[in-house]
Amino acid sequence: MRCQEVVELMTAYLDGGLSAADRARFESHISGCDGCRAYLAQLRTARMLMGRVADEPMPQALKAELMNAFRSWKAS
Amino acid sequence: MGVLLFSSRESWPERPSSYPGPRVLREPSDPDLDALRSGDEAAFEALIGRYHGGMQRLAMSYLRDRSAAEDAVQETWLTCLRTLDRFERRSSLKTWIFGILLNVCRARRRKESRIQPFTSLFRSVNGEGRGPTVDPHRFDGHGEWLARPDNWSNVPESRMLSQETIGQVKTAVEGLPVGQREVVILRDVAGFDADEVCTLLSISPANQRVRLHRGRAYVRRVLEEYLR
Repeated sequence: MRCQEVVELMTAYLDGGLSAADRARFESHISGCDGCRAYLAQLRTARMLMGRVADEPMPQALKAELMNAFRSWKAS
Repeated sequence: MGVLLFSSRESWPERPSSYPGPRVLREPSDPDLDALRSGDEAAFEALIGRYHGGMQRLAMSYLRDRSAAEDAVQETWLTCLRTLDRFERRSSLKTWIFGILLNVCRARRRKESRIQPFTSLFRSVNGEGRGPTVDPHRFDGHGEWLARPDNWSNVPESRMLSQETIGQVKTAVEGLPVGQREVVILRDVAGFDADEVCTLLSISPANQRVRLHRGRAYVRRVLEEYLR
């Protein structure tokens, strides 16, 4: 496997979507290739940072409205 | 599994999503659902807080406006409460909630597009195409790296996790073509797994993976430029 092919398989690899044979070839390449290991680590970091994007508190006004709606719903 | 997913489709959906997902009873009980049904206010508060970031990002990606997105999130929760007794656990509660949000956003977007051509509001910077996700010039004639990607473990955590870096990521995600953006937000921001995203968007596993791969590769590229 060439690096240029390996980078295009990384999402499939991370999702456990490679066949056993491809996974073995992928891992064998990665274990000996600093560049592809760094690239894979970068993709993982990008994914982790996107998870951080979700850390967004709900505005108080919206929260208050929804809590009121929940109480009304509960009462009905 | 004979569910109604998996029609292969490249263009962006105007049709409603096929939630509520696979006709499979996934879990015997769902603590969030049980708490909601019993009227547990603390559980509801925790739930809306936990999903807010992902919901807001997803709504923003359709509606492009913070307050419009908040309205969509609000309408979604009100719809959830109104229809909670009809929720049949054919999907997880989270999938059901995001499915409602998708429908709310699409309905609002359709309404808005009658007023102004919505395409003009989108500014995608990452091709929808099928080409390589890494610049071919980064490789030699044998397909091996000419210059290795940087090792980001050398970047101080204070910088990597700074608001500025997160802002770069946010902007990069917003710049993705819609098909990639919705998958990336559902997978990486909202934390759904691949099967759930296929169900929510009525796309095939292969299509889901291509969109995710291209989207992530673009965000990585933006980060690489920024962190260089």
